[in-house]
Amino acid sequence: MLNLLGHGFVQNAFLAGTLVAILSALVGYFVVLRAQSFAGEALSHIGFTGAMGSALVGASSLLGMLLFTLLAAVGMGALGKRLRGRDVEVGMLLAFVLGLGVLFLSLYTGSATAAVGVLFGSILSVTTSDVIVTLGCSLATITMLGFLFRPLLFASVDPEVAEARGVPVQRISILFLVVLAVSASEAIQVVGVLLAFALLVVPSASAGNLTHRPGLAVSLGVMISLASTWGGLILAFVGHWPVSFYIVSLTSMFYFGSLGLRALRFPRRYLEPQHPSREILPPAR
Amino acid sequence: MLTILGYAFIQNAFLAGSIVAVAAAILGYFLVVRGLTFASHALSSIGFAGAAGAVLLGVPPVYGLLAFTVAASLAISALGREIREQDIAIGVIMTFALGLGLLFLSLYPGYAEQAYSILFGSIVGISRRDVLVSACLCLGILAALAALGRPLFFSSFDPELAEARGVPVRLLAAVFLVIVAVTVSIAIQIVGILLVFALLVGPAATAVRLVRSPGRAIALAALLGLIYTWLGILLASLTPWPVSFFIASLSYGVYLPVRLIARPVGPRRARPANTASSLRLPPDELSHA
Repeated sequence: MLNLLGHGFVQNAFLAGTLVAILSALVGYFVVLRAQSFAGEALSHIGFTGAMGSALVGASSLLGMLLFTLLAAVGMGALGKRLRGRDVEVGMLLAFVLGLGVLFLSLYTGSATAAVGVLFGSILSVTTSDVIVTLGCSLATITMLGFLFRPLLFASVDPEVAEARGVPVQRISILFLVVLAVSASEAIQVVGVLLAFALLVVPSASAGNLTHRPGLAVSLGVMISLASTWGGLILAFVGHWPVSFYIVSLTSMFYFGSLGLRALRFPRRYLEPQHPSREILPPAR
Repeated sequence: MLTILGYAFIQNAFLAGSIVAVAAAILGYFLVVRGLTFASHALSSIGFAGAAGAVLLGVPPVYGLLAFTVAASLAISALGREIREQDIAIGVIMTFALGLGLLFLSLYPGYAEQAYSILFGSIVGISRRDVLVSACLCLGILAALAALGRPLFFSSFDPELAEARGVPVRLLAAVFLVIVAVTVSIAIQIVGILLVFALLVGPAATAVRLVRSPGRAIALAALLGLIYTWLGILLASLTPWPVSFFIASLSYGVYLPVRLIARPVGPRRARPANTASSLRLPPDELSHA
């Protein structure tokens, strides 16, 4: 077990996994708070098109993913600061960009095997240069989150009051989507397009079930995320199944465990506020 | 141009595509109105595990699709009311199912090609028998929607009032999700998991912004769905590019200008109806306090 750590690819996997786990848990706290889990899901799926596009032109897949997710994030953010009815817009953009991805995939002759690597992650084939790019992106986004933290928290919890106090809510919303796009592209390297939700949302959602205090929730989220990523990597070296499967199973276990603990703490009659992104049409008469 | 219609597989594609497009568009109207777009995306992703499991066991994928999506729709309805975190709970079920699907496929040799056809669909591989099966299932879906009819409309537009009037809102929601699960399972075989959304939600999201009455919106959605599918299959048979790319692009190409120009129009009603939702607190919470 320990002599495995001597291999370069194992070290790269652990390094990239650690960086991604920390960044995605930090960003995930706000994704959960702002009820933008569908946007996170969509941005990670959009990364598929980026990866396929860069495979087509022969560029690094991380660069393609960053380009496409950043464009999509700015597009989503430009549509307005309102959250209600967002799901439909995000979903339509997602379907269109995935359609493009299918086109790129059909033009690319290497076809199915490369696509499966992008869809389900290939942490064991991360190169040293990928680790360096990941490190740079993570440091940049974490610094940006550090500057944004207080206004972002304010704008997420109460956008109307924040705006009245002069917080640039719309600009912060776009900046946050940019941060989310970068972390989605990074999470794709570890667990793949289809499972990025497991790192971007699930650890923070589990932490959010256990505490409402921002600082504690963020650090719990980071711990859960790290435990799942490291645990998944170690299990994959011991067992025979794919790394992504182990990571997803571990984060899901944390989530359902946290739901159980939450049910013990809050009475059944406690109701959360309605999801703000639900589109409500005026009733029929 | 017309000669391609002579091929049996193109005919089958047109038949199955038309049937699925109409059923999906009608159902999509209710999905948009009820705010269940993420749930529909999740249900189709959950189907991946079912299809992969069926491939592993050597049975037709449609059985696996139906088993997993129906089970997941029941689990999602059991999760309860429309709480803020329901999206996340649905998302966790979805990612776990996708992880399971990955495991099933990695146990199956030569898995990349299988994964590809489940995820992106293969409309040209449809047999006459598949057409018949989807026709029967879609008729069943439409019959179920017609039977639910007025209570479904009522509970979609004003769940609180419907519940107060004695409509079994939660039961309706569960039955509706099961219908969504069956539709998604049929549609997946044609456009694939990742693009079911384009057929389900695309036409309805456009129609809701163009016409006011529910009946007309449903009719327009069905028409748009048919047009996208026919044009998509036609373009795909003339070019080497995939059907799902054309359907998704047409769907977005119509939606985007409509979204940017038209405001959403719901059925006409006085303003105060919206205050309960704009308070950000469900009325039940006020009554508990």
